[in-house]
Amino acid sequence: MADKYNYTIMKKESLADSIYLMDIKAPRVSRHCYPGQFIIVKMDEKGERIPLTICDYDREAGTVTIVFQAIGSSTKRMAEYEAGDAFEDFTGPLGRRSELIDMPRGELKKKRILYVAGGVGTAPVYPQVKWLKQNGYEADCIIGARNKDFVILEDRIKEQVKDLYLCTDDGSYGFHGNVCDCIRDLIENKGKHYDIIVAIGPMIMMKFVCILTKELGIKTIVSMNPVMVDGTGMCGACRLTIGDKIKFACVDGPEFDGHLVNFDEAMKRSQMYKSQEGRAMLRETEGDTHHHPGCECHES
Amino acid sequence: MDVLKKVPVKEQNPKVRATNFDEVCYGYNFDEAKQEASRCLQCKNPKCVAGCPVSINIPGFIKEIGNGNMEAAFQEISKYSALPAVCGRVCPQETQCEQRCIRGIKGEPVSIGKLERFAADWARENKIEPKKPHATNGRKVAVIGAGPSGLTCAGDLAKLGYEVTIFEALHEPGGVLVYGIPEFRLPKNTVVKAEIENVKALGVKIETNVIIGKSITIDELIEEEGFEAVFIGSGAGLPKFMGIPGENANGVFSANEYLTRSNLMKAFDDSYDTPIIAGRKVAVVGGGNVAMDAARTALRLGADVTIVYRRSEAELPARAEEVHHAKEEGIKLQTLTNPKEILVNENGWVCGMRCVKMELGEPDETGRKKPIEKKGSEFVLEADTVIMALGTSPNPLISSTTKGLDTNKYRCIIADEENGQTTKMGVFAGGDAVTGSATVILAMGAGKAAAKGIDQYLQNNE
Repeated sequence: MADKYNYTIMKKESLADSIYLMDIKAPRVSRHCYPGQFIIVKMDEKGERIPLTICDYDREAGTVTIVFQAIGSSTKRMAEYEAGDAFEDFTGPLGRRSELIDMPRGELKKKRILYVAGGVGTAPVYPQVKWLKQNGYEADCIIGARNKDFVILEDRIKEQVKDLYLCTDDGSYGFHGNVCDCIRDLIENKGKHYDIIVAIGPMIMMKFVCILTKELGIKTIVSMNPVMVDGTGMCGACRLTIGDKIKFACVDGPEFDGHLVNFDEAMKRSQMYKSQEGRAMLRETEGDTHHHPGCECHES
Repeated sequence: MDVLKKVPVKEQNPKVRATNFDEVCYGYNFDEAKQEASRCLQCKNPKCVAGCPVSINIPGFIKEIGNGNMEAAFQEISKYSALPAVCGRVCPQETQCEQRCIRGIKGEPVSIGKLERFAADWARENKIEPKKPHATNGRKVAVIGAGPSGLTCAGDLAKLGYEVTIFEALHEPGGVLVYGIPEFRLPKNTVVKAEIENVKALGVKIETNVIIGKSITIDELIEEEGFEAVFIGSGAGLPKFMGIPGENANGVFSANEYLTRSNLMKAFDDSYDTPIIAGRKVAVVGGGNVAMDAARTALRLGADVTIVYRRSEAELPARAEEVHHAKEEGIKLQTLTNPKEILVNENGWVCGMRCVKMELGEPDETGRKKPIEKKGSEFVLEADTVIMALGTSPNPLISSTTKGLDTNKYRCIIADEENGQTTKMGVFAGGDAVTGSATVILAMGAGKAAAKGIDQYLQNNE
């Protein structure tokens, strides 16, 4: 595969059961990408276009890091690729960079920021906290997962943040409870104060974080991962209701003000090709990664 | 032979083709082409040429076909157009060259489109390539977008000796020819790919997966990569929606999405990974060529399809041939009807579309009669899938990331029609990015004009 295609896998690492990290050689993307943006990868001629949030980049080496969970037929197929193999297509950076990067530095300095990372959503949090640290800011971070085995990138994130908190649904590691319980505990019992929360993870997690932070009155940024085809604003598959407006996650996002996102609609839409009704209407039995394949660990 | 009539062209049986994605029209064979060519009057002052946006020497190539010199016919067309097999299929000849044909005054015009298609298909099947340019002059020009305008501009510049690189955002070159127009009207592998290969054979490089404005900006192309001029042919890719309730329900798609899934991603072919919702009862909203394409695609995927259009059949903006083909295949037209709301079931799926009947009033600013709602005429159209084919607008990605590049209120790039010059020095534009969604051939005409403009500009800036 390597000689046929351009985008070589320079490194492959297993982060947890069926969660993989890959460094892909893609100099044009690497030179211009920022935290918060995403790429689209297409494995080969018959593959679909899979959007994945950027997890790291090395401008000198010309590589971009992606993390994905092998849960659908396409991502399972992708997991079979090894270092030295190559993908046919890899394009980006897509979407807007994180809002925090464009915030005036003086203003950013005053903000107390908490990152809330859920499952595979931990990966896109990494470049954000890394960027903050490199630019002299420090945030706190919660990593939430189903159980200890699904906590990823703990050591790498720990180096970039002030305080790192872990929580698992089954209590097998860190705080026993979900990320919302953990946020509430920090604020109500540990005397923590935050001005901004950035939540990245499964939609259901982001929805409940937003319900909580609305109640607590804390501005919340979420990174949306809807169904997408081209990723450049052409198809409109990724449209979301944000407040009273329709926005395309690919060009207007993927980050949005979490308090304005219609999560119930977004979750229904992300299941379009997975629900029974959708499957019955499909032309064929499904390949099932028509949503962001990285961030669904808490769903179904 | 009735000299007043076109030599009829063979088509796939409507009942059969409604279930496959193979090309509808078979085109002329050698003898049919010669026979049709003999109908051309070889006018001294050919009106047809003036009707062609790229000014092909139409009597010239038809004369060669008439004499059986198919290669010469192809080389004659190739002087003017890089995409003859495409244009022979998708140009609206009935409102351009053929509309002005003198034969048409007293009968049917010469079938110029089918003859162009024949010459190009014959050349491809006989492995004839267009003549290659001589040495390059070493000057670099960047072309953004590998659609009709970009390919034309690049091809013309390469013929003049420039080193041209086309940057394409998608993984496949062709623009609307690969993502928009379906296989059954324009075969991708045989026709589109081959014509793109011909452009490459002129020395044009195509770099896919580069999104200008994201992967790199125009200013960087000029300052860091040594391009002396840039042509923007990025098309009009943003889909429009109606803004009615229920439009975000599952089962509502833009025609862009539906067609991209089927055409670019080949979802109609089970061996490809990308899925597509076939639907049982599909309503397509709109009346242009894109609406016809979406409807005929859904039909081939097995759906019962109704086109919903707010004016009457006479005002349908789609080509007559496309409407005729769609009806022949069993697509229903629900004209003088406008959607008011998409009905959604408890699981978030489309379960019908509330519509209102329309009647035509006085002509509006476009000269077409304005549709007006008929009071009390609301009804529910049965549908589980809705495809919105309401037109597209240019993507602001490039204009918003390029200093000094001005756009108008429709976000179209402002460019001189004569030479494509934009408000930014050294940057030219043409096609749908400038005009809003139009036709393949108009975009090609703009690409051609811009190639001349760029050549002029670079000659003045030695």
